[in-house]
Amino acid sequence: MTQQMTSPEHIEYVLRLGDNALILGQRLSEWCGHAPVLEEDMALANMSLDLIGQARMLLTHAGRLEGRGRDEDQLAFLRTEPNYRNLTLCELPNQDFARTMVRNFLYSSFQKLLWERLMTSSDAELAAIAAKSIKEARYHAQHAGDWVIRLGDGTAESHARAQGALDYLWPYTAEFFAATPVDDTVAAAGVGPAWSELETAWEALVLPVLAEATLTVPARTPFRSYGKFGRHSEHMGHLLAEMQIMQRTYPGAQW
Amino acid sequence: MLTETRAWEVLEAVPDPEIPVISVTELGIVREVVATAAGLHVVVTPTYSGCPATEVIAQSIRDALVAAGGGDVTVETRLAPAWTTDWITEPAKEKLRAYGIAPPGGDAPVGPQPIRFVPKKLACPRCGSTDSVRLSEFGSTACKALYRCRSCLEPFEYFKPI
Repeated sequence: MTQQMTSPEHIEYVLRLGDNALILGQRLSEWCGHAPVLEEDMALANMSLDLIGQARMLLTHAGRLEGRGRDEDQLAFLRTEPNYRNLTLCELPNQDFARTMVRNFLYSSFQKLLWERLMTSSDAELAAIAAKSIKEARYHAQHAGDWVIRLGDGTAESHARAQGALDYLWPYTAEFFAATPVDDTVAAAGVGPAWSELETAWEALVLPVLAEATLTVPARTPFRSYGKFGRHSEHMGHLLAEMQIMQRTYPGAQW
Repeated sequence: MLTETRAWEVLEAVPDPEIPVISVTELGIVREVVATAAGLHVVVTPTYSGCPATEVIAQSIRDALVAAGGGDVTVETRLAPAWTTDWITEPAKEKLRAYGIAPPGGDAPVGPQPIRFVPKKLACPRCGSTDSVRLSEFGSTACKALYRCRSCLEPFEYFKPI
């Protein structure tokens, strides 16, 4: 890869995308062997694999852009908590199937929009990763959207759980659209999309499905999360401990 | 040293590790074969980002070409253009059907898709009935969905279009 002028913001942007995929992929993998039915067990494991595959490509790319010799494994397993740039939403515990599905729906709908726009990124490698990932994100959004409707418009119990999940997760979606200097810089360079139009597009995608699911969308509150700035929730440390233990115990271990 | 034409012939016999009835060339993942003075350079593209078969495929390609006298064989993974099920050859789709996997139907979904239960009616690869129901969007691998035929009552897999 040619060493063009890569801004620190550009590297951070790719890292953030990689961390979102990595951390949500890790969370979804916790369902393996525990899902309510076998079909969903396989679906969650498959989606986790897709996300970890995306994370591998993105972290490899971030490592090359950075040019300090860090590969995907070093970035995935050897950073400390404040150096991860994922959205807080991705690291929250699975809790139950409803919360897992509502989160997948909110996140994969957002990611679908983002990949669509990143397909025309001025960063050719990122555009290639986006063209690959969009195909997977579409299936994830469709799968989760089906479940949100089925749970929300289902029994009293499934509705209560889906509504509880939406109430809990909704405040964290504000972070999707909190533009940072990183977003502004990459947008100016044509690497990423303008942040301002994403929220409207996302709501146009998400709100009709939530309405069909008979779920009430909570009002926006002043609550903000800051995972993409490296300030994580109390759950992140526990997730990292489990994810990193092999590399921390046996440095350089390979499969 | 192998010629490019001969190398393609060798690759036609390298099976996909998950679906051994079709070859890596029929699957459409071998994008380029270049013979150089040093040996062969093969470009492959992954099906899904996290497909665990990707590394096995690269190894089988390398082994087959080296065994056929390909010299130094390098395998490069290239992402763009992204793989699509439209690249699976027509004869290979028939082989999938005979193997019990409904081949991807129609074109890969592009553009906006409605989010709801898909009432798609697929023909059962065993009895041909279109009275089928989707059990799960994801099957034993990321590339397949699980269906059941309501006529012969057998479950079957569907190779999802991407």
